[in-house]
Amino acid sequence: MKTIKLVPMALIALLAFNSCSNDDDSKPVNEEEVVTTVAVSLTPEGFGLPVVMTSRDLDGDGPDAPLVTISGSLQPNTTYDGTVTLLNELSNPMEDITLEVKEEGDEHQFFYTTSGGLTGTFAYADADVNGKPIGLEFTFTTSAMAQSGNFTVILKHEPNKSAAGVASGDITNAGGETDVQMTFAVSVN
Amino acid sequence: MRYLIALIFLLVGNQSLLLAQVKLSGKITNDKNEPLGGAHIHAGSSFAISDPEGNYFLELPFSQTRVIVSFVGYKTVSNTVDFTEDKVVNFKLEQDISALSEVVVRDINLKSNATILAKQLSTAQVERYSSNSLADALKEVSGVSTLKTGNTIVKPIINGLHSSRVLIINNNVRLEDQQWGLEHAPNLDINTAGKISVIKGASGLQFGGDAVGGVVVIEPVSVPVQDTMYGKTILNGASNGRGGSISSSLFKGYQSGWNWNVQSSFKFLGDVETPDYILSNTGNRENNFSGGIGYKGEKSGFSGFFSYYNAQIGILRASHIGNIADLVSAINNGTPNVVNDFTYNINAPKQEVQHYLAKMQYYHKFSEQEKLSLQYAFQLNNRQEFDIRRGNDRNRASLDLSLSTHTFLADFETAKSQFSKYKFGLSGMYQNNFADESTGVRPLIPDFTKFEVGIYGIGTFALSENTTLETGLRYDFSRIDATKFYLKSRWTERNYDADFLDIITGDFGTQWRTNPVFTYHNFSGSIGTKHQILPELTWFVNTSLASRSPNPSELFSDGLHHATGQIELGDLRLKNEKALKMSTTLVYTIPKLALELNPYINLINDFSLLEPKGVEQGIRGAFPVWEYRQVNAQLMGVDISANYDFANNLNYRTTMAYVHGTDRDNQKPLIDMPPLNWNNGITFCKKEWQYLVLGIQSELVFTQNRFPNNDFVVNVPVDGEFIPTNLEISRPPKGYHQLHFNSEMQLNTFEKSKMTIGFNIHNIFNTNYRDYLNRTRLYVDDMGRNFSIQIKLNY
Repeated sequence: MKTIKLVPMALIALLAFNSCSNDDDSKPVNEEEVVTTVAVSLTPEGFGLPVVMTSRDLDGDGPDAPLVTISGSLQPNTTYDGTVTLLNELSNPMEDITLEVKEEGDEHQFFYTTSGGLTGTFAYADADVNGKPIGLEFTFTTSAMAQSGNFTVILKHEPNKSAAGVASGDITNAGGETDVQMTFAVSVN
Repeated sequence: MRYLIALIFLLVGNQSLLLAQVKLSGKITNDKNEPLGGAHIHAGSSFAISDPEGNYFLELPFSQTRVIVSFVGYKTVSNTVDFTEDKVVNFKLEQDISALSEVVVRDINLKSNATILAKQLSTAQVERYSSNSLADALKEVSGVSTLKTGNTIVKPIINGLHSSRVLIINNNVRLEDQQWGLEHAPNLDINTAGKISVIKGASGLQFGGDAVGGVVVIEPVSVPVQDTMYGKTILNGASNGRGGSISSSLFKGYQSGWNWNVQSSFKFLGDVETPDYILSNTGNRENNFSGGIGYKGEKSGFSGFFSYYNAQIGILRASHIGNIADLVSAINNGTPNVVNDFTYNINAPKQEVQHYLAKMQYYHKFSEQEKLSLQYAFQLNNRQEFDIRRGNDRNRASLDLSLSTHTFLADFETAKSQFSKYKFGLSGMYQNNFADESTGVRPLIPDFTKFEVGIYGIGTFALSENTTLETGLRYDFSRIDATKFYLKSRWTERNYDADFLDIITGDFGTQWRTNPVFTYHNFSGSIGTKHQILPELTWFVNTSLASRSPNPSELFSDGLHHATGQIELGDLRLKNEKALKMSTTLVYTIPKLALELNPYINLINDFSLLEPKGVEQGIRGAFPVWEYRQVNAQLMGVDISANYDFANNLNYRTTMAYVHGTDRDNQKPLIDMPPLNWNNGITFCKKEWQYLVLGIQSELVFTQNRFPNNDFVVNVPVDGEFIPTNLEISRPPKGYHQLHFNSEMQLNTFEKSKMTIGFNIHNIFNTNYRDYLNRTRLYVDDMGRNFSIQIKLNY
């Protein structure tokens, strides 16, 4: 009878689906997509040492705030070539997320702004497959006066690059999701 | 005296005097050859009653005539007798088992749960929602609202409470489908339901002791014990979503007591839209199948049931946001930041769920008063949640959970006398959750095994002809054993070193591996009375105590929840929730008018809820942090419903529900309390016009003015500067009003089947509105107008 066959079937199901978690074998998940480190490197055109600004948040989405370091101050009236590096230092081996962002360049855009006393101008130095800027490479020209203020880097995932002002660096209509939002306290002297 | 009456009937009932007469006589016996006196025999317009020896005598007009013999407790026999001269025809009647159970008066109508007013949905009401979710259908009951994440993820809220506080019992199996999640809708196909009941509160002790909100009981269609085969097919089409569904079921019964049934549904819908824009990525698909087989014998029987549920659900693309600044701009924009053309495609973010359920039940009746029932059920719930990911991870799930549950139930019912009835039971559950780490994302819920045992007893007593008392007690033991990894920084922030140093079992650099093991003891009970004050006035009073262990999300949540853009933190220190609910219902029924009034108060100690704690900074910017805390809560409310046939063919129906929820510790309103709602409907029915039904419903939802202020001030980048902005996530949207239309008609196109066509309009005036309990309300409006057609074939 069909129904009697259900009993051994159920027993087999019981054994098959009953996956016991063995405590000693469990390994933690080290997040693969988390950006733990943002490094912005500003190299002056001409001669001079690059200024490197780093933000490292080694606990991912954990409570600890990122540790920010800046290697030095900027010179006035200088144009810097800027590059951004994104890393996942929790992954073993260390993951270079910059490459992934470059490969999906049409889905990413960096926005740079100054505030709180710092002024200066930005310009994009790269482009995606559609000719719209990505921002992994950019230029930053400092003001002629001595200043100090905030240098903000924002990375948007899937922004609307065709919206008004977005392609020239205005984040207002960009939309999308923020993957990086870091502010560095910078001085010009 | 009986013989005299029978004799009179024999003479008087015989009406055929003018036409040529043929005499039909014989003897009526049962299958044991005992004579049946008082059996009813009729042919055409002539009838007779058999005498105590089983003999009968009929005079009939000359012709082939259908003779029908019936007797209470036995199966009706009908034969076509072809005769040209007087004939003797004997009939042997067989016992009708299902009819017998209606006849035997075990007690003064003592039924289980006699003192709880369980609200039931009719089959017609359930079928109307064939293409929707279970919770959409439950909204017809006063006091039930819905918690939605978009339009496809809908959960029932009973008197202000939902998720782990509402038990869903599907075919006597408690649904274990990760119901702790606010965006996890019940994984079942509404088309498997024959009957749906809602018990508000914890009085359904045989189902569990932790129904702080209530119990939804879904029962399958019952197949009678006779040779029969019937089924139905329902086809639905919807304009909003540009798709539909089809569901078919077939039931077969046999005289021998065997029965089987099969059922299958298929749903296919694309993006839905508001009056102004398409809600991109809100399509959904469902692929379901179920089947059962059983045997109903006089003394014992069994049933087996299997169901498969498979759904792919798109999550509104615009609701997937990044950090707080993104949230502020999404809220302030008013329109979604992502609107694409209509598509049937479902991309990330989305959910893919499969739910398997298999159950076997056996019952044995020791006597008419004693019945033992044993049941084993297995469930497997696979849930994958897909997020927006980068690079090679695009198509990889961010969350992959497998929850397998084994349950065993033993229930024993006995009726000691006509005045008392008892039900005892034992239940056991073994559950295992596996969170797949190959997702590359730290799982929101860790691996765990859970073991639960429960024991209960319910007594129902007829105190008098008009009063019934029911009381019950239940004890549940629960033990959860989890393997959980904590970021060392989070462990320290939660201050777990103080209390939980002993659960650390491994050091992995930046993370601790821990093995939390917790046991909970839950005592629950209920006592209720039902008093028939007058024939038309019944009064129910009910007090129930429910006790609920913390669920895995409340204990172990630890991380960023992409669906909400917030960090949610559980607490290992949580205790079990204890709720005392006192409710009373007055039911007044007279012909053409039915009224029901149900005020209640629910006092809950250690009520766990998510509260905002602050903001944490990361590379991505700032995120709001919410943590689970326990408070003493009080929910008070009233449910009212009325049904009035005010004119010929016209019916008026109204339901109203109000809940007042307070966090007594902090003197604050509770979050996510359904606002006052008032629904009215007028229906016109005319059987003569092909069973035509026309109806208009008005749905009025008032503004919820009682809400906790959880707003944040956040720095939002505007034009290069960071402007402190108020994150307004607390204020509920304005109330709204919608009108709906429904209509139905029966067509006699087929001989042996019934075809019903329905045409409905939901949100006739295409009103723009946002509902407080729809989690996408922060970003977009709710669904616009929807025309739907339903073709139902019963065969």
